[in-house]
Amino acid sequence: MRERAWVWSGRYFDSVTLMAVSAKLRAQPGVERAAVMMGTPMNLAQLGEAGFAVPEGLAPTDVVVTVAGTSEEAVEAALAEAKRALEGGGLGAGPGRAPGPGRAPGPGRAPGPAFRADLAMISVPGEYAPREARLALEQGLDVMLFSNNVSVADEVRLKRLALEQGRLLMGPDCGTAILDGVGLGFANAVRRGSIGIVAASGTGAQELSCLIDRLGGGVSQLIGVGGRDLSDAVGGLMTLAAIERLQADPATEKIVVVSKPPGHSVAERTAAALEAPGGKPYVLCLLDRFSLDEAAEAAVGRPLDAAPPPVPKAAGRALGLFSGGTLCSQARQVLGDRAELIDLGDDRFTRGRPHPMIDPSYRIALLEQAGAGLVLLDVVLGYGAHPDMAGALAPAIRGAAARGCVVVASVTGTEGDPQVRSQQVAALREAGAVVAETARLAALAAKEALA
Amino acid sequence: MRVVNIGAPHFAAALEAQGVEVAQADWRPPAGGDMKLIEALEKLSTPAVAEANAKALAIINSGHPVLVDVGWARDLIPGMQRTTILHSGPPNRWETMSGPQRGAVLGALMLEGLADSPEAAEALAASGEIEFRANNDHGCVGPMAGVISYSSALFVVENRAFGNRAFTNLNEGYGKVLRMGAYAPEVLEKLRWINAEVAGALQGALRLMDGGLDLRSLIAQALHMGDECHNRNKAVGALFLREMAPYLARAAGVGPEALARILDFIGHNEIWFVNLSMAACKATLDAARSIPGSTVVTCMARNGYEFGLQVAGLPGRWFTGPAQKVRALYFPGFTEADAAPDIGDSVITETAGIGGFAMAAAPAIVQFVGGTPELAAELTAHMYEITLSESPVYSIPAFGFRGTPTGIDIRKVVETGILPSINTGVAHRLPGVGQVGAGLVHPPANIFADALLALAEAAAPQTAPTRRYDDPI
Repeated sequence: MRERAWVWSGRYFDSVTLMAVSAKLRAQPGVERAAVMMGTPMNLAQLGEAGFAVPEGLAPTDVVVTVAGTSEEAVEAALAEAKRALEGGGLGAGPGRAPGPGRAPGPGRAPGPAFRADLAMISVPGEYAPREARLALEQGLDVMLFSNNVSVADEVRLKRLALEQGRLLMGPDCGTAILDGVGLGFANAVRRGSIGIVAASGTGAQELSCLIDRLGGGVSQLIGVGGRDLSDAVGGLMTLAAIERLQADPATEKIVVVSKPPGHSVAERTAAALEAPGGKPYVLCLLDRFSLDEAAEAAVGRPLDAAPPPVPKAAGRALGLFSGGTLCSQARQVLGDRAELIDLGDDRFTRGRPHPMIDPSYRIALLEQAGAGLVLLDVVLGYGAHPDMAGALAPAIRGAAARGCVVVASVTGTEGDPQVRSQQVAALREAGAVVAETARLAALAAKEALA
Repeated sequence: MRVVNIGAPHFAAALEAQGVEVAQADWRPPAGGDMKLIEALEKLSTPAVAEANAKALAIINSGHPVLVDVGWARDLIPGMQRTTILHSGPPNRWETMSGPQRGAVLGALMLEGLADSPEAAEALAASGEIEFRANNDHGCVGPMAGVISYSSALFVVENRAFGNRAFTNLNEGYGKVLRMGAYAPEVLEKLRWINAEVAGALQGALRLMDGGLDLRSLIAQALHMGDECHNRNKAVGALFLREMAPYLARAAGVGPEALARILDFIGHNEIWFVNLSMAACKATLDAARSIPGSTVVTCMARNGYEFGLQVAGLPGRWFTGPAQKVRALYFPGFTEADAAPDIGDSVITETAGIGGFAMAAAPAIVQFVGGTPELAAELTAHMYEITLSESPVYSIPAFGFRGTPTGIDIRKVVETGILPSINTGVAHRLPGVGQVGAGLVHPPANIFADALLALAEAAAPQTAPTRRYDDPI
């Protein structure tokens, strides 16, 4: 086997771009392993653990490409491909890449003074994210902080700054938001309406907003506050600010707050903010006691009118392969330890690998290993998600079904999403999966099959 | 809604698909991804630092340098002894001096009558009897070797806004000159003439002038005439002569022959004014040299061995790194192998926002920096990325009379990795050969990082109002 590395110094690419290039190299003929990453200490350690020879003296602003393959030619061809892809700005550079003449934007700064943004969408690596968020807040922007690995201390500091500035700091680890009809991050094309949502902001918020849409309701705003906001340490700083914003928002008639069980004093303050005199009607849904389905029903004031779909009995290993963390923990509440439920969006699985909502390959590999038994999975649609997740999973589902595996799925999405929910449902059914109306109903169906 | 996307382009594409106006930031990790530096940057991103910097900028931007007198080092520099040698750059020792600076020291020791041969001068220089001091620590600046000794004539430049003074020697012209390390008898002879006849006549002329010669005004005009007042001083030299000539003619004791010699010498020395440009910048920056908390650079200088920097928040403290190689265009017969490393106090001009920072105003010398006016404009445009303000006095016609980038911020240099762009002459590495070219150079990056870390260490703990977690919001 041949192995070779190429280093491009003083360049920076985001991890999504680099992972896409890695994936492309791995698909080249004769390539056995390939990694494309920035030379941060963490990445280099990972590279070493993966058995690659790590070049010396690399800095976090060096791009390193390492390829191992069956022949010299294959490795050379892959390196050449990496150069081509990176020199072209990765695979499909985003809009507005080229700075205007004479006004090259500095690192970390907005592109040129002419562009006045209202919101900064931040997805840089976690160690750099607090600074970018601070700069954006100081410029008077709302911030959606997609980055994870941000410390609680930084989160508190940034949220206080946001409050001083009268801005929102959504996150960290905020996957989705909808502001004035614009879906940010992984968001679905949800009908506009009068329901304002405050949620930790991951797939739980996506499922809830999609169910509201399916029930005929609409969403005014979906404000993500990050999974730790209602902890005692953060004190619900952004939840309270979001409630205040929704109380004042003319488009919002009803407020829905969805959360894991909060700290005691935080719970009291949240309730007080919702109970404030003259406040709007509200739904407070704590996920240890209520489901997302119930929250949607209460928000719209109409029942879902759906039951778990009929499923054949399953015997053997029961596995849950989730791309959404909240959907995974909701299934855990239904199934307990009857099944091995894996959140593939967890940090453990996304290190050096794209999120499972973008890249189906790891889930496909696990599906291919599944024997007779049961697999429960979620397909999450929307802006930013994989263009055809059902189509990508279909062959593996078909294979699993052929081995006597019962596959139960749910599809979080709307008819307006780029992937079109009904088409994704049809593709999954066609491959042999049982598709439930909601993620919770899918878990209930799985429970039935395992009973 | 308008969104700036900082990070994965994926999200910008998703927003574009919804018809949202998105700009993708050309992001890369600040400070080369060095977390220690990023933490220092965060620590220094406080209102207190912003306030200190605003104060520094107000002082720099209201600086008003005026040439008021000519005198001699023995009278003007406190503590100046016959055995004191002032030199360019950060503090230096004989052992580490570069060729040009060594040569200039030898010449100065002979000029002062302390040695009667180069050999004797060398023995004296190495003996420990001579006190070497950095010009900038004594309000002085000098180009190249920058050697100022007991009997050197000095221009006195006063910052009219604040009353502080800066000093510089008189420019010797081209060829074999002390500032390039030459010390032959004719070099010293010319220097004696400059220190006596030229200096005396200029002193007489200046003392006839009401209120001195306004250097700020001359530099501002020259920037509109193709000078950047570091590597090009053609226009400003002519303006100087225009203002001074009548007073020189009237000055007591200057006969027609001497007057002709002096006018001819100044008029045909196209870099005559660079010393004055430097002293003007020194007087302007020195007023801001001590402002607690400020991250503004107040001094940069090189001695051919090291490049040194001072920052307003840590007055008097030098941060040093190795003197760099100049990217230059060489005079016929010379190559890079002949060049001494970067040397001289003239980088004080860039520190004050002219010189390389006004390159876009001097298209005639773009050959020195790679050839095209576009490149010159780009070099200056980049400097706005590392400065905090624009000069209210010095402006660039080609940029719609935008003020020159002024007030280098240590934080911005570290954050962006953009180093100040410096126009400079290049000395031969051997003493006495002279200038061999001119070109472009950058300071070593470490001095900005070192200064940033020192500033962060010196900074008081963050004083942002703290709210307890459970306080009502």
